[in-house]
Parts: sequence; structure tokens; C-alpha cells
Amino acid sequence: MPKPANSQRPQASFWRTVQAIMWKDLTSELRHKEIVSAMFIFSLLVVLIFNFSLELDRATRDNVAAGVLWVTFVFAATLGLNRTFAAEKDRDLLDGLLLAPIDRSALFVGKMLSTFIFIIIVESIVVPLFSLLYNMSLFTPLLLVVLVLGTLGYTVVGTLLAAIAIHTRAREIMLPILLFPVAVPVIIASVQASAGILEGNALGNISGPLNLVVVYDIILFAIAIMTFDYLIEE
Amino acid sequence: MQPNQHLRILTISSMLMLVLSIYMVFVYAPLEIVMGAVQRVFYYHVASGWIGALAFLITLICSILYLATRNLKWDHVALSSVEIGVVFTSMNIVSGSVWARPIWNTWWTWDPRLTTATIMWLLYAAYLMLRQSLENPQRRRTFAAVYGIVAFVSVPLTFAAIRIWRTIHPVIIGSSDPSAEGNFEMTPPMRNAFFFSLFTFTFLYVTLLWHRIRLEQLTVQVAAMQSRLLNKLST
Amino acid sequence: MINIHSLSKTFGLKPVLRDINLSVPKGGFLALLGPNGAGKTTLLRIVSTLSRPDAGEVSVAGLNLSTHASAIRQLVGVVSHKPLLYVELTAEENLRFYARLYGLVTAEPRISTVLAQVNLSAHRHDLVGTFSRGMQQRLSIARATLHHPQVLILDEPYTGLDQDAAIMLDDVLRSVSTAGCTLLMTTHDSARGLALSQRVAILSRGQIAFETRSIRLTPTQLEDKYREIVNA
Repeated sequence: MPKPANSQRPQASFWRTVQAIMWKDLTSELRHKEIVSAMFIFSLLVVLIFNFSLELDRATRDNVAAGVLWVTFVFAATLGLNRTFAAEKDRDLLDGLLLAPIDRSALFVGKMLSTFIFIIIVESIVVPLFSLLYNMSLFTPLLLVVLVLGTLGYTVVGTLLAAIAIHTRAREIMLPILLFPVAVPVIIASVQASAGILEGNALGNISGPLNLVVVYDIILFAIAIMTFDYLIEE
Repeated sequence: MQPNQHLRILTISSMLMLVLSIYMVFVYAPLEIVMGAVQRVFYYHVASGWIGALAFLITLICSILYLATRNLKWDHVALSSVEIGVVFTSMNIVSGSVWARPIWNTWWTWDPRLTTATIMWLLYAAYLMLRQSLENPQRRRTFAAVYGIVAFVSVPLTFAAIRIWRTIHPVIIGSSDPSAEGNFEMTPPMRNAFFFSLFTFTFLYVTLLWHRIRLEQLTVQVAAMQSRLLNKLST
Repeated sequence: MINIHSLSKTFGLKPVLRDINLSVPKGGFLALLGPNGAGKTTLLRIVSTLSRPDAGEVSVAGLNLSTHASAIRQLVGVVSHKPLLYVELTAEENLRFYARLYGLVTAEPRISTVLAQVNLSAHRHDLVGTFSRGMQQRLSIARATLHHPQVLILDEPYTGLDQDAAIMLDDVLRSVSTAGCTLLMTTHDSARGLALSQRVAILSRGQIAFETRSIRLTPTQLEDKYREIVNA
């Protein structure tokens, strides 16, 4: 019986794989800029439409700003999530990733972090623009923490469900239908926490929704890691 | 596959129990003084809500078992349970709305329980849509199982998130919040009617599940026969 | 090296592979012929861990496919009719990406070597999107051999290659075969398959209908045998 011949062969470590996938996704995006620019333009359009449909004057603005901001990001992020596996799927590249001796959860984490970075880039342009357009400061450190944690939770569950939606008929339609009801808790809690911060509440007063965001992030990340294997094998 | 004797007995007894429970809800249980006749919605409203939750819990368990064993029967139970669960959740939401109109003076309110029930309905409607939109049967079963797990886990989180707003929904069982509108104390006959409804609906759920699983197995058998026939014709 | 024992696979209810028994010894080269839809690609996908069998045992280098898939992936290189390359990256970047996925420590010299082997050193920094089909296929061979695989699986590697590229691929296959690599290849080109391989097999309707040592047959005999089986 021949002994397992790979004993002297290096196997890619978890983080090296994650880095390789992120490097590849970020390099592709730097060349094409199609995901980030599409999400950015879409965000601006959503903000614009909200402006007309809600008559965002001084008084109403303070009440609804957190909601408008989150709905904008949720819609824009869905566009990006739809692209997470689309390039690989459309050009038949998934096999290349699956043939490699990599940990499948490293593939998930790499893909998730790339999409997360794209969304955070868009948010970091839209938030100052939003502050500028509506003359309200959104730059409190606490709000940025909520933005990052909420976006993380949404991206985790979004990446998992994008791996499902990519194989369905009419996948661009399927992703939001699968994703929105699952993402309700993280959206509500993020909006509540953000609204609390914009009203000038201290950390103590928003700990409820903030804790929920963290709990959501952890639980959904654990489920994603445990189930992702099943989604990509044939 | 002959419809077996056990299933026939189960079907007949759940029909009899349903008739008896109708009697208990509408005749045996006394009229509630404050709310009047509309309070009788309560018996089936809670029972159908319970079946919705139970059905989706069964789906969660069977989804996990399917991923672990790849045994088709778990997928059949998971799918059957979702279909039944969606029907009972719809009954739960509609009956609740009928009750809320006179008691809360509105058909709808964004209370945590109502909202959670609605989102739960949407989750499992999405589950059924997902199954529809996947061609590859193996993939359909695996993906549905993963979604069955994710969906169920998100329900308590949804409830917690909406809890951030105050609830006005009455809590009849366990501790009762005096500020909730539409609260009442159950008298012993009411309690009997209530628990009998719960029992009947659970019984009914098992019967329906059994029928639905059998239907699914027959579908698989017919498809297998068809393909054997086609193979024979082609060779 | 590759042992397949009573392997079966169905898609839905349609049997694609039926009771396949096949083995390729270490350093062996098996050419697999068969009409479209015979199950060749499915068989190769199973051996390369992309698809799981419904029944039967498959082992590669003594490792069981169902329990040691990841270790097997490290040993196997695959060339399919899909190039598995990112068009928005350069040739070098594609190879560097795959080298990282395979955990190659000293990737740069290896990348230069494989690029030279497939005669693409001059195009090292060009985007793969600008490559012709033949060039992409050559780079795909470089990608598949990058991590010194002990087993090379090739699914119709000659599809879309021009004459020069096909001759170059012949050379690459001969050199990896001489170096002790085990090869399993499907092809429509029975003469070429026969010339390169040590054994040939014909897959028809999901079953191995014929298998023999390549040296025993002339191309015409193989053609006749093929036609006899497929038209039976």
C-alpha cells in the first residue's frame, strides 16, 4: 500500500487560501470596477429616490435618516452579493476552485471578505456624501461600528445565500427573496442602533440592538461555515 | 403501495376529533364576557400557530438529518412539513387578524408576534420557491436543507429584533402582562377546549404529514417506473 | 494509481455510469474513447473529486476518494475543455493564484518553468482575455501541471487546438508520462490516443465495452472496434 504521498507536500493553510481568493477578487475588481461602481451609482439613485418620495426636510430627516441609510445599503449590497459567485459560475471557473485542495470554508471566508470590502468601500463614499447632502454629521465612531457590524452580518448571510441563488433559475430575483426575510433581524437591529446614535444616545442606550447585531453575526457565521461545504459540492 | 391500515385509522380519528373540537370550541366553552363570540377564534388561532412552529421545527430537524445521512426520506418529511406549516401559519395570521379587528380596532398591527409570524411565512414561502427554481434534484434537496436550517434559526432572532418595539399582543399562557389588550383568564371549560384544540391540531398535523410523505414517495416511485420504462423502450 | 471498482452514477433517475471497473497503474497512460453522452466526462469528474459516485469505490494513490478527497486533490491535475482561467488576470497572475491555492512555497521559479514548457514565456504579462483558444488551452495545461501532480486527468484536451499546439501538447504529455506521472485522458482522436497511451478503453452507454493494451492494435483496428461497439 503506498503511503499518502502528500505528506511532504505543502497544503495551503486556511488564511493563505483566504488571502489568495481575496487578492484575486480585489485584483479583478481593480481592473473592471464593475461591482463597486454599480453599487455606488445604485446607492446614489436610492438616496435620490428617497429624497423625493419622503420629502426629506429638516424635521423628518432626523427621524428617518438611519432607515434611509440602511435601506440604501441593503439594496446596494444585494447587487454586489449577486455578483459574488457570478463571475466564476458564468465563466465555468468554480471547478478550478473546487479542484484545489483548499478548505471549503476558506473559500467562503475569502469570498465573503471580498464582498464585505466592496460594500464597505461604497459605504465609506456614500456616508460622507449623505452627510453633505443633508447637512447632518454621521461621523460618530459608534455609528461606524454599527455600520461595520451590521454590514458584516448581512454579508455573511448574503454570501451563503448567494451560493444557493447562483444555481437557481432567475437567480438575481431569487437572492433577495431568500435573503431579505433571513436578514430582517440584522437590518432592524442596525437601524434601531443607528437611529439611537443619531438621536445622541450613549452606548448604554443602544446596547440592546447592538448586542443583537453581534449575536446575529456570530450565529449566522457559524451556520455558514458549517453548511457552505454542502452548497458547493455536486 | 396500499394505503395502510394505520393511516386509515389515523385519518378517521382525526376527523372525529376535529368534529368534537368544533363542538367544544363553539358549544362547550362558555362565552367570554368582555370580548364576546370573537374570543372563540383564540382556540384555533393558537393551535394553528403551534402547528406552524412545530412543522418548521420538524423541517429543521429533518434538514439536519438529510445533510448528515443523505437519506431521501428526511427530505420528504422536511418538504411535507413546510407545506403543512405554511398553511397553518396562514390560518394563524388570518384568524389573528379577524380577532384583532374588534379587539384592537385594527386588522393589523406591527406587533412582534404578528410580524414574526408574517416573516416566518415569507421565509417558508421562499423555501418553497427555492425548491421550485432548482432543476437538479440532488441540489434541490441539499440547498433546501441548508435554507431550512438558516430560516429556522433566524426566527427567534427576528422575534428578538422586533421585540425592540413594545408588544401589545396578549400572553394567555404563562405570565400575563396587564397592559396587553385583549387579555383574559381561562375558566376550566375554556382550558379544556383549548388543550383539546391543541391536541386535535397536533393529531391532524401528524395525519396530514403522513399523507403528504406517502404522496411524495409515490411520486418518486412513479418517476422511477417511468424512467425504467423509457430505458427499456430505448434499448 | 487509479482504481475504480464497480462505480455507478445516476443523474436523477438516468443511469450515466454502470458498474465501471478500471485501473491505471502508476506511470500508466489510459486513453478513454467513446461517443458523446457515454459518460466520459462524468467518470473524469468523479475521479477528480468534482462529483460523488452513487455506488462503488474509487481510490487514487491508495487514498479513498470519499474519505481523502482533499489529499487526492493535491495529487491530481485536471485539464478540461473549460480552461479554468481568469480572463481579467495575466498569465502569470493566474498561475500565481492557483499556486497559492495548492500551497506551493517556491512558486515563481515553478511558474517560469511551466510557462516555458507550454511556450508562453513571452506572454507572461499579457491578460488571458487577449489569448486565443489555443493559447488558453496551453496555459490551462501549465495550470494543471503547476503543482507537480502525480496524476493528470485530461478531458478532450485537444479540442480547439491548432496543429502546432496539438504537437506541443503531445510533447508535454510524453514528457510528464516519462517523468512517472499517471495519465487518464478522454479524446475523440482515436489515432492520437492510441499513439500516446499504453492502454485504450472504450466507454459506451455508461459501461466499459472494451479495453486492451495500445500496442496490440493498429489505428484502423481500433476504429473498427469503436464503430462496432457504438453502433451495436
